[in-house]
Amino acid sequence: MSDTGKQMMSPAMAAERVAAGLAARRGREKRFRIYGRIAIGIALAFLVTLFVSIFSKGIPGFFQHYVTIEVALDRAKLDPAGDLSVQSLYDGDARGVIRTALYEAAGASGRSGRKAAGKIISQGAEQRLRNAILDDPSILGTTRAMTFAVDDDVDSFLRGFIKRETPEKDRRINDKMIGYIDVLNDKGLISFRFSDYLVFGSASRNAEMAGIYGALVGSILTLAVCLVLSFPLGVATAVYLEEFAPKNRVTEIIEININNLAAVPSVVFGILGLAVFIGTFGMPRSIPLIGGVVLALMTLPTIIISSRAAIRAVPPSIRDAALGVGASRMQTMLHHVVPLAMPGMLTGTIIGMAQALGETAPLLMIGMVAFIVDVPGSVTDPGTVLPVQIFMWADFAERMFILKTSAAIMVLLAFLILMNAAAIVIRKKLERRW
Amino acid sequence: MRFTFALAGAVALVGVTTAASARDYISIAGSSTVLPFATIVAEQLGNNPSFKTPVVESGGSSVGKKGVCEGIGTEFIDIGNASSRMKTGELEYCDGNGVDLTEIKVGYDGIVVANSKDGVPLVISKADLGMALTAMVPACADGSTNVNCTDMVPNPFKKWSDINADYPDVEIRVYGPPTTSGTRASFAEMVNEKGYCKKDEMAKAALKAAGAKAKTCRAMRTDGAYVEAGEQDNLIVQKLQEDPSAYGIFGFSYLDQNSDTLHGAVIDGTNPTFDEIAEGSYSVSRSLYFYVKHAHVGVVPGIAEYMAEWVKHWGEDGALSDAGMIPMPEAERAQYAAAMKDLPKLTADMLK
Repeated sequence: MSDTGKQMMSPAMAAERVAAGLAARRGREKRFRIYGRIAIGIALAFLVTLFVSIFSKGIPGFFQHYVTIEVALDRAKLDPAGDLSVQSLYDGDARGVIRTALYEAAGASGRSGRKAAGKIISQGAEQRLRNAILDDPSILGTTRAMTFAVDDDVDSFLRGFIKRETPEKDRRINDKMIGYIDVLNDKGLISFRFSDYLVFGSASRNAEMAGIYGALVGSILTLAVCLVLSFPLGVATAVYLEEFAPKNRVTEIIEININNLAAVPSVVFGILGLAVFIGTFGMPRSIPLIGGVVLALMTLPTIIISSRAAIRAVPPSIRDAALGVGASRMQTMLHHVVPLAMPGMLTGTIIGMAQALGETAPLLMIGMVAFIVDVPGSVTDPGTVLPVQIFMWADFAERMFILKTSAAIMVLLAFLILMNAAAIVIRKKLERRW
Repeated sequence: MRFTFALAGAVALVGVTTAASARDYISIAGSSTVLPFATIVAEQLGNNPSFKTPVVESGGSSVGKKGVCEGIGTEFIDIGNASSRMKTGELEYCDGNGVDLTEIKVGYDGIVVANSKDGVPLVISKADLGMALTAMVPACADGSTNVNCTDMVPNPFKKWSDINADYPDVEIRVYGPPTTSGTRASFAEMVNEKGYCKKDEMAKAALKAAGAKAKTCRAMRTDGAYVEAGEQDNLIVQKLQEDPSAYGIFGFSYLDQNSDTLHGAVIDGTNPTFDEIAEGSYSVSRSLYFYVKHAHVGVVPGIAEYMAEWVKHWGEDGALSDAGMIPMPEAERAQYAAAMKDLPKLTADMLK
């Protein structure tokens, strides 16, 4: 079409030429649309596969098998010191009391029979019994039906993962145990119900006792520290850079560096945390306080960038009007610009927090990728976070951990979706258009 | 108002920082092979209301050995786990920092080669297994003539049956851990180096001619016969269950947990079973250790009790053997139980 500039085409010729090219142009557009659809289709297929595989394993992970037995709560055996203290209950023979009840229910006798039957019940049963007594000491001296989790191997058997047909030597549970499980099952003592361990339990090497509570508390504490540090700092930085800082070489360099910082791999912040907080300040490892600080460094650029965009979106007429009626620049900022920019700032903050919730790499360096059983009570107690818990569980050999891993992934996904949904709601509700 | 909030946050931060100086829980780090067992013991100690549950970090044997040597003080770990013994160089680092250690061996871990029960079981000698997986072999290892036998060439074997007609007529494809793994390092040392390169006459001659050390045999094949499948042994197990023609290398505990779907390769005539590894007749196994820092015993509460928990559970019927750790013989257990009380200082002579 380079010759069109020199010679004027007649309208008829031009129309003809356009008509000739039209089919090709439309075809190009159509093809592009098809490519787009295929790409989206592939992405959706992957997403569906991911969800199906997580949900098919994760939903059963929310449930597990329990056995209900009649336990005679003999005070002399359970509370030898007689003062109901934690130590006295620990010294008591909770294990023996539970075993006796179990042998009776399953009809186990003889040394090997008792040994086999004993393996049916989770090791966590003793702790559960002690907790029940601490909650209500009046149950001592009575006989009552109590429900305990079964061992993870027994659970796998009841789910059908370990098959009866498999030769005995290749199974993790022997024929004797299967016999007792059948006895308990026939009596209707075994139930499949919602796993309270998953929600209220902490990390454990016994798959049936493992839960996300400790990691969830750790995540909340870490994110709280992260939010307290990064939100005010991020907003203040954005306000200063956008409204007060002189536009010169120095602020330009700072700006470029903030943008670069947003792209730095997160593990680098972990190394920084290790060197500065643990190395220089000598703070203990594995604590949510340092985890939060490190994650705050990581989320700061996200918050600053989105806050600046939000401030820039506030029309200058607002500022002019405020200044016109005699407000100082500080008042203009705090009374008018920042409140109007707040929805955008909050959106950025929530997305930054959601990112921080899913991080493990920076926490590796500061010792939060660890097996931590005790639930952290404050930001200076050792704690871990949800994604780390998932990572650790995925590596354990016991089969039940696969289910629990998927269940924990579902919980993490639920939190992420919740946070992102909150960001959308805030934006929709509070956003103002000019 | 927002700025006062920030200020309050900063003040609170300084406040808790000063409060968090003393540590009342044991801090442990190191080998991911020891971690599943150390966590069982840690959890048992945590059940005792007098003590907090120790924090067990992963990171690898080198992290455990180096971490425990870094210095004295609560910001450093108390105990380092390792699936390989400390070397004299690592001990020197310790001495340089003024750290005294005691070495405690806790048990053994077998490394198995396994495949799906739907596949052909592998019955192989250690030398042939090494020959199948090491990157470079002598040119005439596959029986070819007209070549210089002392030349090292890239591993030519495609199928197991190429090595020996008795072996399965299946392509060599072995999933295993990446270079960062201690399991891989031990396997390469025990099978490739000691099992093959130091035993096979042809390989010895070729290495001598090239002036290379047997250590060079530790390199695994990179032509697709050995596939790095990531640090997660569960992933390898899953792949084997899906693909009966593939084999995998991992710790015994994973075979133990999946004994209904996988079977272990018979190496040098021994099956990788609990008893065979415990007796020492299954040769691809290694010792698991932890190193405890003297200066922290009695300062950080519970270290002596933590060690005592190991003694309670490391026997044949204990929780640890249930999880797949191979117990030490009676005499050795008594020896290390005594070492936990006496805390003999680890010296370079002891490591020779």
